[in-house]
Amino acid sequence: MFRVSYRDALRARALPALLLGAAVAFPWIFAAAAQSGRTVEIDIAKFAYAPKEITVAPGTKIVWTNHDDTPHTVTANDKAFGSKGLDTDDKFEHTFASEGDFGYICTVHPFMTGVVHVRKQ
Amino acid sequence: MSTSDAADQGHDPARRRALSCLAAWTGAAVVWTVSGGIPRALGATNAGSVSPAEKNALTFVQISDTHIGFRKEANPDVVGSLRRATAHINSLPQAPAFVVHTGDVSHLSKPEEFGKARELLQELRVDRVHTVPGEHDTIDEGVTGYLKYFDHDGKGKAWYSFDQGGVHFIGLTNVLNFKAGMLASLGDEQLAWMKSDLTSVSNSTPIVVLGHIPMWTIWEPWGWGTADSQEALALLRPYGSVTVLNGHIHQVLQKVEGNVTLHTAMSLAYPLPTPGQAGIGEPGPVTVPAGELAKVLGTREINVVQGKQQLALIDTPLGS
Repeated sequence: MFRVSYRDALRARALPALLLGAAVAFPWIFAAAAQSGRTVEIDIAKFAYAPKEITVAPGTKIVWTNHDDTPHTVTANDKAFGSKGLDTDDKFEHTFASEGDFGYICTVHPFMTGVVHVRKQ
Repeated sequence: MSTSDAADQGHDPARRRALSCLAAWTGAAVVWTVSGGIPRALGATNAGSVSPAEKNALTFVQISDTHIGFRKEANPDVVGSLRRATAHINSLPQAPAFVVHTGDVSHLSKPEEFGKARELLQELRVDRVHTVPGEHDTIDEGVTGYLKYFDHDGKGKAWYSFDQGGVHFIGLTNVLNFKAGMLASLGDEQLAWMKSDLTSVSNSTPIVVLGHIPMWTIWEPWGWGTADSQEALALLRPYGSVTVLNGHIHQVLQKVEGNVTLHTAMSLAYPLPTPGQAGIGEPGPVTVPAGELAKVLGTREINVVQGKQQLALIDTPLGS
């Protein structure tokens, strides 16, 4: 019993350090993991969505944050999802359950466009 | 100083110099007359004074882009700016018949912003304030929220017309009806209304058109144009005197197309970059040094003289 507990304790202490080391050494693994995981962030800044185009796995939640002093919206071209007017630092989130290509615009500034591709990975 | 046809110069630094000249100009006003469709600067008045309008002239004032609700660094006190403009308008030697507001009354289309704006506009000592909606007034529910406060003729439309002082006025909505990545437009329903509205207006009647977004394409990547403005201008071309008053770009530009002259106006909230300005990738609020803001905000007085196809425009900064 003692030995098992000791080993578990060691593992528990080593795991975060191992993960951190791996994240530093192999960042692309973690970028990919974020895409197939739960939440992805998109910034709205300087009248543009960044990234403008993104590919995620089904079930991914996307969170948009407006960093501009000007209000923007996130509004699906087919109106399937849409935010209210987002003031500075306001957020909007939407979870993409199924595969597809989801174009969206800012209805205040329709020249601002973005697209979310949802693909099984 | 001439800013005539400035829009065609896009990135031209010379145009920016012209605008900085405007910004540096202290308390004076330049009088523009429109004669034969060509605007001509007559000269500057002394600081704080306005040329007396001719007898029998219809005088009205244009204000624009008040953005009530905005409270960021570029102007933490938009209410104060509107009040300063109101004091200027209320002290004009010849009281204007009415005031027109060419859109972006509010910043976020919130009911409390519309309510506050309406309250502030009631401080203007004029019979009426005619407004058209800007894209900041139609954010969450199109024109519905705006119309609860600014339904001028009670018809439930944000476009309308009226006649005053021998002039036919048309207020338009050109901030909706867009496709992804495209400019906003007037739309077929509004163009059809405009066509039918004009059937009873003689070609010799001066026409003044109010619309928020410029009715010509100034800088498409920033949405500074109206997708179907040419269709509207085609309806107006038979008329001898057409003056289009726009807002949206928070700076004064002019364009002439035959008998049609188009003018954008200063804002009462904050300045925006010049069209496509180098080093600034987006049309967001520009913060100017303290003390400079009043020079780039302002109002416009318009005089229409009976029997003359001539409108005189006086752009006046809020302060020096």
